[in-house]
Amino acid sequence: MNSFHPARRDFLQLLGGAASAAWLTANWPALVSAAEHAHQAAKSDHPALEVFTADQAREIEALTACIIPSGETAGAREAGVVYFIDRALKTFFSEALPVYQRGLEATQKTTNELFPGVASFSAATEEHKLKIFTHIADESERQKDGPRRLAPGASEDFFQTLRVHTIFGFLVDPEGGGNRDFVGWKAIGRDPSHSFSSPFGFYDKNYPGWQPVSGETEKK
Amino acid sequence: MSRPMVTYKTSDEVDFVIIGSGAAGGVLAKELSTNGFRVVVLEQGEYLREKDFTHDETKVFVQSLLTNKVNTHPITFRKTPDETARKQQAVLYGSCVGGSSVHFTANFWRFHEIDFKEHSKVGDIPGANFADWPISYADLEPYYTKVEWEIGVSGLAGSSPFDPPRSKPYPMPPLPVKGNGVVFERACRKLGYHPYPAPMAILSQPRAGRAACMNCGFCLGFGCEVAAKSTSLSSVIPMAEKTGRCEIRPNCYVHRIETDKNGRAIGAVYFDAQRNSHLQKAKAVILAANGAETPRLLLLSANNQFPAGLANSSGYVGKNLMPNSSALAYGIFDEQLNDYKGPAVSRIMHDFYELDPKLGLYGGGGLDARFDFTPISFALSGMPPDTPKWGAGFKQALAHNFTRTFQIFCHGTSLPVESNSFSLDPDVKDAWGLPALRMTFRDHPNDLKMMEWMQARALEILDAAGAKTKWGPPVQEQQFAVHLLGTCRMGSDPKTSVINADHRTHDVKNLFLCDGSSLVTSGRGQPTMTIQALAYRAADRITALAKRGEISA
Repeated sequence: MNSFHPARRDFLQLLGGAASAAWLTANWPALVSAAEHAHQAAKSDHPALEVFTADQAREIEALTACIIPSGETAGAREAGVVYFIDRALKTFFSEALPVYQRGLEATQKTTNELFPGVASFSAATEEHKLKIFTHIADESERQKDGPRRLAPGASEDFFQTLRVHTIFGFLVDPEGGGNRDFVGWKAIGRDPSHSFSSPFGFYDKNYPGWQPVSGETEKK
Repeated sequence: MSRPMVTYKTSDEVDFVIIGSGAAGGVLAKELSTNGFRVVVLEQGEYLREKDFTHDETKVFVQSLLTNKVNTHPITFRKTPDETARKQQAVLYGSCVGGSSVHFTANFWRFHEIDFKEHSKVGDIPGANFADWPISYADLEPYYTKVEWEIGVSGLAGSSPFDPPRSKPYPMPPLPVKGNGVVFERACRKLGYHPYPAPMAILSQPRAGRAACMNCGFCLGFGCEVAAKSTSLSSVIPMAEKTGRCEIRPNCYVHRIETDKNGRAIGAVYFDAQRNSHLQKAKAVILAANGAETPRLLLLSANNQFPAGLANSSGYVGKNLMPNSSALAYGIFDEQLNDYKGPAVSRIMHDFYELDPKLGLYGGGGLDARFDFTPISFALSGMPPDTPKWGAGFKQALAHNFTRTFQIFCHGTSLPVESNSFSLDPDVKDAWGLPALRMTFRDHPNDLKMMEWMQARALEILDAAGAKTKWGPPVQEQQFAVHLLGTCRMGSDPKTSVINADHRTHDVKNLFLCDGSSLVTSGRGQPTMTIQALAYRAADRITALAKRGEISA
């Protein structure tokens, strides 16, 4: 029974006014239904950028789409990861901003080195993007043990930081500003519901209940 | 709903000031205020309520909503005493009302009889500072039962042949079994082991005005917004406040225990949220600040009378740190487990609790089947080492594995080693200019060997369970601790322990310590149950001393 799709912030606001946990238990279905309605009415698909310029955001979005590509299910692009990163760099990941600035410069240089006629990473063909990004990722791995080969800033810092932030933006609870409409959770098979009842999956479907085996209660 | 709250002036000499509102501090506050004493609890963190809890990892993990903040409270780490420690988040503990009980996984094993007398049984172990407890399992049993019934523990009595004796069954049935529990149980039985329903400090049924678990799956690291997790915040602290004699005072960073010329504690000095300093006067002081901050506070309280730190005539304050050893094994299965639903653990086994000495290993451990990942932590660290790090292959692996993976967690003994310790860093200061917490730690070689042995058994279980893919990350020396045990150990001899069996410090008669630091051995992991049982017992002992006039005299 996975019938609830509440937005947590909204239902927590309602929860704050609840008289008791017992009340909450009794009223849960109506409460989460109201919360879901409120969430749908309030959500915004295109938040404003606060740190990146539009050009920078286009490059970052294209890079995040290499880490988690779109396909039959949503990828970083559909989850709004670039907006998550933009907000994060304004707030709790602000110390990473120089890493992004250097990383964007280095990505441009790598693009120019590998494909001189291409204006920017985001303007490259999908095939070329893959080659450029492979260089960036490989360089990051190489730098763990040896000297860097590509432009400064195409560094372990940038690839690793971008990767972690992309994963955050794709899979965070939407309250955290990413995973728009739970597309990240849906892509990995996580039901976005907030409460569940057993059986949860395949193996516990026909579980008969815990039974002692012969001699089980005897002391070892 | 607002709770009744008494407030005291700092100049009021209350009966007890308790430092810390976590697993032990919450129990002590409830018991002592119920017994008629006036109590102030000083908590370093904020007073968050259930409505403040969230599943947003950027708040919970990145911004440390519930835990210690290393930007203002830095920590340093080194492996051995001859190294210079470097800044590192080596310790994680709860920093909010309810302490670490707010974010814990809620595994609630009792220690076994052997844990209290193992030194007598196996003798000295080279490199370890091994000792028996001054109390036995039988002394603690009534208090284990009290924990189960008062804070709320789900489980099935008699389901493990290895369990120690108990005087009452659990107050409520086990939580629902998960896919990992079913697979683990079948595999263990195939191999002749004895899996059983995990005792968990999570309500399987509504109780005392609290809701039953809704199986949201966000237990480890998160606060429970329906109060089904049996934290101090949701269980004993409301009871303490209801007495009208207990004030929970948040945002108080205690940095000194003040003593008078007779060597008696007169209260706790703290910075409030505005960084103003106050002395809360009290007839007696109880430190329940956890196994890292309790010894640090004693060391910070050094003065002319106690130059090595308060209650440290033995030199044992901060020593013998035991974080419990651990190892992991992972398996991926054909069908969907969906183990992200429900509490992390539903089946455990204790067949290896006391290993056969013929193996050449000391101690033992417990194994549980679990899934304690969030989607983010799974993507970062839950997949096989050869998984692509990005691109379509990465996404495909995530989509396939997230619902089909579980772990077997091996929990085990940490031997006490004297040089493994918490101390004051001589160079690094916190945001108030006070010496930072320094951790010195290197696992006893036995603990690493024992974990390798345990991990091999876990991989065998995954084989028997039919895992399609399995792997075990290499067992490594630990550099991160959440179980903060043994650092002000209990004992009868003032030369080799910090507190006596009543939790009273040997050196300062109206100063008591009760938290993970009190433990003499580490059990096999999952220490919170034992910390809370000790707190209930300590409250009885302290109450008896106070009523006989033996504290304020």
